Amino acid sequence: MSQTRPISERLIFWLPFAWLVLFFLVPFLIVVKISLSQAALSQPPYEPVLTMVDGWDGLLSKLAGLSLTSYDLLIEDGLYLAAYASSLRLAALATCLTLLIGYPLAYAIARAPVGWRASLLLLAVAPFWTSFLIRVYAWIAILKDEGLLNWALMTVGIISEPLQIMASDTAVLIGITYAYLPFMVLPLYSSIERQPVALREAAADLGASPWSIFWRITVPLSRAGIVAGCLLVFIPAIGEFVIPDLLGGSQTLMIGKSLWVEFFDNRDWPMASSVAVVLLILLVLPMALYERAQMAQVRS
Amino acid sequence: MNKPPLITLDSVTKRYGAVVAVDTVSLEIDAGAFFALLGPSGCGKTTLMRLIAGFETPDEGRILIDGEDMAGVPPHLRPVNMMFQSYALFPHMDVASNIAFGLVQARMPKPKIKARVADLLDLVQLKGFEARKPDQLSGGQRQRVALARALARNPRLVLLDEPLAALDKKLREETQFELMRVQRELGTAFLVVTHDQDEAMVMAQRIAVMRSGRIEQIGTPLMIYEEPATRFVAGFIGDANQLEGTVVETGQGLCSVELAKGARVTARGASVNGAKVVVMVRPEHMQLGGAGLPGLVLDCAYRGDMQMIRVELLGGGIVRVASFGVQAQAMLQRGSQVMVSFAPQFARVLPS
Repeated sequence: MSQTRPISERLIFWLPFAWLVLFFLVPFLIVVKISLSQAALSQPPYEPVLTMVDGWDGLLSKLAGLSLTSYDLLIEDGLYLAAYASSLRLAALATCLTLLIGYPLAYAIARAPVGWRASLLLLAVAPFWTSFLIRVYAWIAILKDEGLLNWALMTVGIISEPLQIMASDTAVLIGITYAYLPFMVLPLYSSIERQPVALREAAADLGASPWSIFWRITVPLSRAGIVAGCLLVFIPAIGEFVIPDLLGGSQTLMIGKSLWVEFFDNRDWPMASSVAVVLLILLVLPMALYERAQMAQVRS
Repeated sequence: MNKPPLITLDSVTKRYGAVVAVDTVSLEIDAGAFFALLGPSGCGKTTLMRLIAGFETPDEGRILIDGEDMAGVPPHLRPVNMMFQSYALFPHMDVASNIAFGLVQARMPKPKIKARVADLLDLVQLKGFEARKPDQLSGGQRQRVALARALARNPRLVLLDEPLAALDKKLREETQFELMRVQRELGTAFLVVTHDQDEAMVMAQRIAVMRSGRIEQIGTPLMIYEEPATRFVAGFIGDANQLEGTVVETGQGLCSVELAKGARVTARGASVNGAKVVVMVRPEHMQLGGAGLPGLVLDCAYRGDMQMIRVELLGGGIVRVASFGVQAQAMLQRGSQVMVSFAPQFARVLPS
């Protein structure tokens, strides 16, 4: 019974809940409200502003002034939808790439001698010690026409003309893959590392070659790590703004960039808010569906 | 009799750095045998089993299965299967898939796999559990799935690593007989690794007693109990009273041994005059009364079917005497003076 529980115990339950309400739900509702407003040349740059200065009737008439105009525009103007699609595509590609690179990496670290693992893991997250911006700028130096990569490829003689990688979706993809790799490696590592050695030995004992042990035991048992890693890369990658801004070109469409342009260049807060709300729904919906599928599986 | 043994270990040695885990071990296991490797933890018995399974490679010596040298043969190509101490069931697969794992690897056709899995579930009495995941099973059920999985490929030899260690006491006894029944029905050779002497005595036809990497004795449970080759074996299997002394006379397979303070006893065994030896007598072969060694009753534990009486000998040392049937309790008061005697044929002379 909740009445009999000590206050401290109830606090432990309610504190995180209150935190989420205060710092996530309330701001989100504010953003939703702005997305339903109209842009205006005022401070703040939208109307109506919900205040009690005109009493209850005034508040109600202001609420009536809210509309879905921004959402209509978002759907009519193909540019936003194209930006969503392009963001989803780039984020999905980057997720696949980080998984392809991250799995062997995590596997190698998890199977290294026990004494080495901590140091190897530290190396995998070492890039976090320098600023994110500096690391992205470093990629410009590598990828530009007269950059390190082209210089190396031309010196070796693989190409004669410099590759134009900078200012393209490829550059954005490389940047995102590089920046988010540790978020893939960490959950993968922990899900591989905790698998008992005896399971692999049992599989070998039952006639499984190393290759089929990998596919029938190690990979299925690291499923939770794969899901966690993919979510950790995919979700922030969709909204990524800095990397497309620095490495992408004028034709690179990403929703994070569109959002920035609406907020700071066009000062169209309602439009920017509606872009943000739709982005959130796009991200939360598949996650909620996945959660439900998981729960159903657990129950059955 | 000319049939070659199923498994032959020929002077197998395995070292980990400076530690010799298995030290020039030679032994043979016949097809269809129930063999136990018995020893305290750290004696090398698990390493020996892992050498046979192929998870470790010997530094010296050869391992032959069916006369074929196993050097360089990886675990997945050896005709032996192992039941792990932790069972090592695959947590993401149901019972049927766990048992079928080795059959799928062997590319057995699907209908045959299904039939084989059904047979095995029958054998281990787990019908109807096909779709359960390992975490939905009790410890005893998991043990039986692990056994069925190890048997699925029809191996020549099944290695069982402490098969009963994870079970509670009551289940352990049932499972012992269960393992014996399965082994008898299939005729597959079983090699059980255990630190529990009762387990080994009950189940195995032959036992190898190991100690710090070496085999102390190989024999039937009867031989190992009645005719232990060393002090260690005598002490490790069952209760043993050990009286230290010096051989003063030998002849006709008997030795006369002078104990400390001059008392003399006669025991079976070969030795030479002047040798420092131990006379080993099981508690159930000692009696109170008769002509023997004088002592004082220390305490007396009533165990229903018998009494275990501890006697401090006047000549030094404490012996345990098992007394079956009804005895006058009054006689066995603490401190009462008694004589402890035993027949020479039940006493053995062992090297000290």
